[in-house]
Amino acid sequence: MMPSTPQDSLLERAPQLLRDLVTSHLPEPWRWFANSLIAMIVILAVFGLLFAALTLVERKVLGRVQNRPGPNRTGPFGLLQPIADGIKMLSKEDIVPRDADHILHFLAPVILLASTVMAFAVIPYGRHLVPVDLDAAVLYFFAVGATTELAVFMAGWSSHNKYSLLAAMRALAQLISYELPLLLSWVPVVMISGTLSTTGIVAAQSAWKWGWVPTWNVFTPWGFAGFAVFMVAALAESNRSPFDLPEAESELIAGHLTEYSGCKYVFFFMAEYFGMTALSGMAVTLFLGGWHAPLPSLEFIPSYAWFGAKLITLLVGFIWIRATFPRLRIDQLTRFAWKFLVPLALINLGTTAFWSLSFGWTGPLQLVRWAVAIVLVVVPFIVMGRRLSSGVAPRTYSYAT
Amino acid sequence: MTTALLLLICLVTLGSAATAMLLRNLIHSVLLLIGSWIGVAIFYLSCGAEFVAFAQLLVYVGAVSMVVLFAVLLTRRSRTDVTVSADTVSRAWSAVMAGGAVLAVLLYGALMTTLPAASAHGPAAPVKQLGAELMGIHAASLLVIGMILTVATLGSVVIASEEPSGKKEDAP
Repeated sequence: MMPSTPQDSLLERAPQLLRDLVTSHLPEPWRWFANSLIAMIVILAVFGLLFAALTLVERKVLGRVQNRPGPNRTGPFGLLQPIADGIKMLSKEDIVPRDADHILHFLAPVILLASTVMAFAVIPYGRHLVPVDLDAAVLYFFAVGATTELAVFMAGWSSHNKYSLLAAMRALAQLISYELPLLLSWVPVVMISGTLSTTGIVAAQSAWKWGWVPTWNVFTPWGFAGFAVFMVAALAESNRSPFDLPEAESELIAGHLTEYSGCKYVFFFMAEYFGMTALSGMAVTLFLGGWHAPLPSLEFIPSYAWFGAKLITLLVGFIWIRATFPRLRIDQLTRFAWKFLVPLALINLGTTAFWSLSFGWTGPLQLVRWAVAIVLVVVPFIVMGRRLSSGVAPRTYSYAT
Repeated sequence: MTTALLLLICLVTLGSAATAMLLRNLIHSVLLLIGSWIGVAIFYLSCGAEFVAFAQLLVYVGAVSMVVLFAVLLTRRSRTDVTVSADTVSRAWSAVMAGGAVLAVLLYGALMTTLPAASAHGPAAPVKQLGAELMGIHAASLLVIGMILTVATLGSVVIASEEPSGKKEDAP
């Protein structure tokens, strides 16, 4: 069980104390308003800076993976590169095609960025750091995320460019295909936790088994499968490599972003990184124990630091995947979603139901429970993987002699 | 305060829906219709029905909007290929009759149902209770509504993809 000390340590309460220092002398309705405003400003500032840092880290890591230095001319070790990039992008001319639908062309990046930023509202960043504690927080998160599809369509259609429109339809096909496994993959967590609230889900993962093994969802068979499906679908939903067909830079002239330049392009770019960060934050909350420390003895480190560490680990994982995997074709992409991820996520619901029903099993039956659950996860994975790749892999190449 | 908010939501919802019917550009109409759906979601939110509001956003703004947009894009050849007036008189009459029947059923349902008095401690029904009721006593109506939506979508595609037989555009 939780020791009482770490909850109230000075570091743990530092954000609250700092906030109260500013707002405590205000009268009550204004105080609530100021607190909300401060939460918004902090979220925008922290994730804006994280976005800037992430672009640099991405380019540096990609550079190192590809055996080149990456950006190294702006400031020490290229550390000022994001600032230079920002000044360049913001001062660029904003070109709108003459025949474009001007209002929609303007609205698309605004809606996209707004909806991705709104998703940050319900993630518990720390023990006392939940911006909005909703009863249906997980549903809210994915409901505001659903608006991105609309923005992509508006961007492609309003540009009055056939390449933009075609690319937008492709992007929509991908987003809709992967929306389903993404939504199905977190249902097991809700089934086991019995709540849609993010704080409730984090609280359900707070116990320690044998005093030191954390009971995070990822350490159960259904949780592991759900986490894997969630992360793959999250990669596809945020248009990250190897699912970055919508704006494949090297072949598609940036897809639905063809007619976007300057600040509006930055909005799309920011929205992609914000979306990636928000989905990672949700993955941490749903599967990786939220802000909980991995060991009881490490609880003296404040909870928001643990959340940040897990978040950054996942984000660096995203970059690593981008550097490692080649881009999929559109037919491979949709087939992977409908014939592999969706059935796996559905079977995982059954596994979770079994896990939930066998909750009271003790002694040797515990081993049976684990074995059955693992078999339920592994066997469909192998069988469907074999069937999906039969006739396709391994490829045979004939070389000219 | 709450009355003003309610009026504003009504204005946005009904206004965008009405404008959607008058515009010649189908895509603009669809986007305005989505605006109207968002208005409905905000109305639910203002009533304290969080779960229903988010479900409305997820289903209508996320999924149904895409179905409608794809249907429009896949069945219309150009931006100007829109007929605002009805094709035939019989079709206009059937549209009026179908619309009138739906309106009558909705009005009957709205006026004849005796709603329980609003409780003083807020209407927030817990999500668990909502889910149990949806999967329990209301399961059949949920399925029927799903069927009707599917049929409506298929029907709209059938009507829209009707092609004049004289045209031979796809001939080589």
